[in-house]
Amino acid sequence: MTAVKTWLESWPVYRQLTGSDPFGRGKAARSMATEAVVSRTATADRVVKSVCPFCAVGCAQNVYVKDEKVVQIEGDPDSPISRGRLCPKGSASKQLVTSPTRVTTVKYRRPYGTEWEDLELDTAMEMIADRVLEARRKGWQDTDDEGRRLRRTMGIASLGGATLDNEENYLMKKLYSALGAIQIENQARI
Amino acid sequence: MPGLGASFGRGGATNYLEDLANSDCIVIEGSNMAECHPVGFQWVGEAKARGAKIIHIDPRFTRTSAIADLHVPLRMGTDIAFLGGLINHVLSNDLYFKEYVVAYTNAAALVSEDFVDSEDLDGMFSGFDPESRTYDDTSWQYQPEEPRHSGSDDPAEAAELDRTGEDPSVKHADRAQASGSGGPPIPAKPQRDDTLQDPRTVFQILKRHYARYTPEMVAEVCGIEPEVFAQVADWVTSNSNRERTTAWVYSVGWTQHSVGAQYIRTCSILQTLLGNIGRPGGGIMALRGHASIQGSTDIPTLFNILPGYLPMPHALQHSTLEEYVADAAGKAGFWGNKRSYMVSLLKAWWGDSATAENDFAFDYLPKINGDHSSYRTIADMIEGKVSGYFLVGENPTVGHPNGRMNRFGLANLDWLVVRDLQMIESATFWKESPEIETGELAPETIATEIFFMPAATHVEKEGTFTQTQRMLQWRDKAVEPPNDARSDLWFFYHLGRILRERLAGSDDPRDRPLLDLTWDYPTHGETQDPSADAVLREINGTGPDGRALSTYMQMKDDGSTTGGCWIYCGVYADEVNQAARRKPATEQGVVASEWGWAWPLNRRMLYNRASADPDGKPWSERKKYVYWDEAAGEWTGADVPDFEKNKRPDYVPPDGARAQDALAGTDAFVMQGDGKAWLYAPAGVVDGPLPTHYEPVESVVENALYKVQANPTVERIPGPWNRENPSRSEVFPFQVTTYRLTEHHTAGGMSRTLPYLAELQPEFFVEVSPELAKLRGLTHGDYATLVSARTAIEAKVLVTERVRPIRLRDGQVVHQIGMPYHWSYSGISTGDSANDLLGISLDPNTHIQEDKVSTADIVPGRRPRGPELIDFVEEYRRRAGVASGRVGLNGRDPVAADAGEGSTL
Ligand code: SF4
Repeated sequence: MTAVKTWLESWPVYRQLTGSDPFGRGKAARSMATEAVVSRTATADRVVKSVCPFCAVGCAQNVYVKDEKVVQIEGDPDSPISRGRLCPKGSASKQLVTSPTRVTTVKYRRPYGTEWEDLELDTAMEMIADRVLEARRKGWQDTDDEGRRLRRTMGIASLGGATLDNEENYLMKKLYSALGAIQIENQARI
Repeated sequence: MPGLGASFGRGGATNYLEDLANSDCIVIEGSNMAECHPVGFQWVGEAKARGAKIIHIDPRFTRTSAIADLHVPLRMGTDIAFLGGLINHVLSNDLYFKEYVVAYTNAAALVSEDFVDSEDLDGMFSGFDPESRTYDDTSWQYQPEEPRHSGSDDPAEAAELDRTGEDPSVKHADRAQASGSGGPPIPAKPQRDDTLQDPRTVFQILKRHYARYTPEMVAEVCGIEPEVFAQVADWVTSNSNRERTTAWVYSVGWTQHSVGAQYIRTCSILQTLLGNIGRPGGGIMALRGHASIQGSTDIPTLFNILPGYLPMPHALQHSTLEEYVADAAGKAGFWGNKRSYMVSLLKAWWGDSATAENDFAFDYLPKINGDHSSYRTIADMIEGKVSGYFLVGENPTVGHPNGRMNRFGLANLDWLVVRDLQMIESATFWKESPEIETGELAPETIATEIFFMPAATHVEKEGTFTQTQRMLQWRDKAVEPPNDARSDLWFFYHLGRILRERLAGSDDPRDRPLLDLTWDYPTHGETQDPSADAVLREINGTGPDGRALSTYMQMKDDGSTTGGCWIYCGVYADEVNQAARRKPATEQGVVASEWGWAWPLNRRMLYNRASADPDGKPWSERKKYVYWDEAAGEWTGADVPDFEKNKRPDYVPPDGARAQDALAGTDAFVMQGDGKAWLYAPAGVVDGPLPTHYEPVESVVENALYKVQANPTVERIPGPWNRENPSRSEVFPFQVTTYRLTEHHTAGGMSRTLPYLAELQPEFFVEVSPELAKLRGLTHGDYATLVSARTAIEAKVLVTERVRPIRLRDGQVVHQIGMPYHWSYSGISTGDSANDLLGISLDPNTHIQEDKVSTADIVPGRRPRGPELIDFVEEYRRRAGVASGRVGLNGRDPVAADAGEGSTL
């Protein structure tokens, strides 16, 4: 009899009809499978403090890492601004890391090419450096028409997004200025 | 943000999000906060729960309107008329906060006799030069109380800078943005009339300027009934006084206009008159759209400024460091220390190579001499003037207006580097874009060499974002990026390293700035990722002892200190990364000063000296915030005072005082040259000292207030690829606005590629009213085609009362269309790109495009495919009297016979 009762009670519909949860939104909906589930946040190796990269509310995030992989991202309840909340974008931000269409290797399209090709990262860096020096030379201006100092190149332009870190923007502006490149812009203009 | 910078001295949100809970009335205008800043919106909810009135002023009914007590659906592009109406209401009914206005604003200042207002010139101010389409603002200046520039270290040089400052090449260089931290320089403090009665006072000029902005005029221009206007006016004014405060919230619904900076100026004037700036629950909350927009202007990757809003040197004005600082050196306010900030920056960049003898390597900096902003650069690309382009986390062929023009630009480069997480459209334009279909682009003819360099996500690198309330928050690195993916810090550090190695030993003087650059950053791990912590410390700056500085007040102009961005000085105070602080909210006070770090100097509310009366006492117990403690001889309260801690409220500057010492104990706006909030801007805004209603560049309505239809100084980039829809054209009879959805992010590279988000908002749609649907035969759920002089796009039709037609007094009906702009041809959810429809015309202060209002036609059905699309749009252009938009292969050379007038290529 006890066995039958246990069996019956393991059946959510039975508990929903007989128990204190007639809408099946709480206890009644739990099954043995549910009981066996452990949240990814509980088994993570570590929790890393981060910030949502979408809008400028800057909701604080807890990033759960297991086996050097991001397994979950949640709102950080300690934040005075977001108080643990994330909107759909912030909640989906784990997929920025794990997206199946994310491209993680260098792709190269040669002039007049019709397809992408693969390229080693180091080779790409060297090739870009060559082109930067050449473009800088081609667009170089020492002075304007009236002999005023310009000391710049019009051969290199740049446009950054507003998900750049301050430190990244800083190094970019510093390097470009030292190169003489001035057409340096950011989404902040847009 | 020249709108805020020129008004108050700093281009940042004045308050912090949580402080909205203290508001008695919140007006959200030019923003759909509930959908675009959803988690921040909880503070509006808190305020409402405490009884605050919430008003949403927006052409569209959105989730924000649904929560508001009142939705005001004004005609798009008419906010200055509406706010001007409120200013007039406040002034003509004596509803302004008298003591606040006299003490803390420039209401009492006298303006030059030469100034002529736009009311007297039918929409123009004095000083307009029709040739260059710029203003000479000499006549806008104050009546000085002492000879102009007499307070300067070098009066002659300062006067010379004033003169050259009127040159169009300087005007076009967005100098206004340099008032992002430190208002625009002024030649001298003004004469004053504290009774506000003199007709030349700012107060009287303001009164006259807005006298015609009556409720009836608001009804005529904005399409808002006088009763609704009266309700807004009543809630706002009855909640702005000693006991109560009103906050205004805006976003890109204001900035992206041909008069965007002036929208923000109008709001600044109103909020200042009401005494709401620098007080809890008050202020102007500028909501930035993306994680670090604020940071990207504070430490700019922008052509016209250096870190900390120091202007980029201009060829015409700044051949030496002396000339560069002459407009500010010695003058009142913290800009008086400009030389210290600049020398510290030069020392941070060029270390021992920057010496007193070589002007601290000032000459190493390249000089600008005009508009080098992003859209100008795209046009230059099409003309073959630019060799190489770096796109770093930006997708301009979708996210920027006029995608077709952007793609033509990219197709005419020698090389392009794209750094992103996904294969975005700006990397694949050469094989998949709409112009491949029309035949205007052909891969085998495009010479652009492209490097796609995979980027690291926000959890795969360390660093700080500066969010919307000027607060820096540090992120730790959680995991290593996969395969070739690297942070942008890694990319630029190693690119710089390789370039320096290549040039080592060069004796070309051109290479000195690169070779002398301080570029030794510690690196971590196998990939040699540079330490962002070390970079942040460099940004903070160090003193003569090599230790991190704790305030920019310690910066010296003799080369003994360094600092990469003076306004961020203090973020590494006590050798601690202050941006990484995460003391739980529950364990600290309401201001939460120990969570992250806000510039300047961790002050969470700007100008908070104004939360106390001139004597230093709180205006009321209810709105107590920062106040003078006579016994302790210091300012104290809930926040860090945005004022010198020990400067007495009754301090009067002695004759000859300089920099901050020249500011009185009541000068709450410490970054301004006169210490006051500017109702009238004698400098710093290029299209007028007072905001004036103009119609958008593309409008279907005639300007009811002035003969001048649109902003006379608007900037255009003409070419066959950027044709403009004529104003009041029957061919393009409807107004269009673009907007964002909660579930997507800007150009979609970070959202259309994520399965969850793509599923939540799976397709491109346009919102039209039932009336417009009937007029044009559009069916809910079917396709419609939208057409402009740029191109035609198709979208699913959403018929909804959320957008409403506006009936103007003369019977004209203005139909408005809403269009989210996240889509393009790549990703999981695809569709045409809304931005392809839009043209580029720019606010002359900021070079930000007017994409929150344009015109178009809409017809049922899908758009033509292939070359037929070109003919279809060309036919519209012909009917509207617009020059041809035909171009040659890759946008380069127009097909001469068809190019028509106006083609400059
Ligand atoms: S979670 Fe949403 S509201 Fe919060 S920062 Fe991210 S995008 Fe903005």
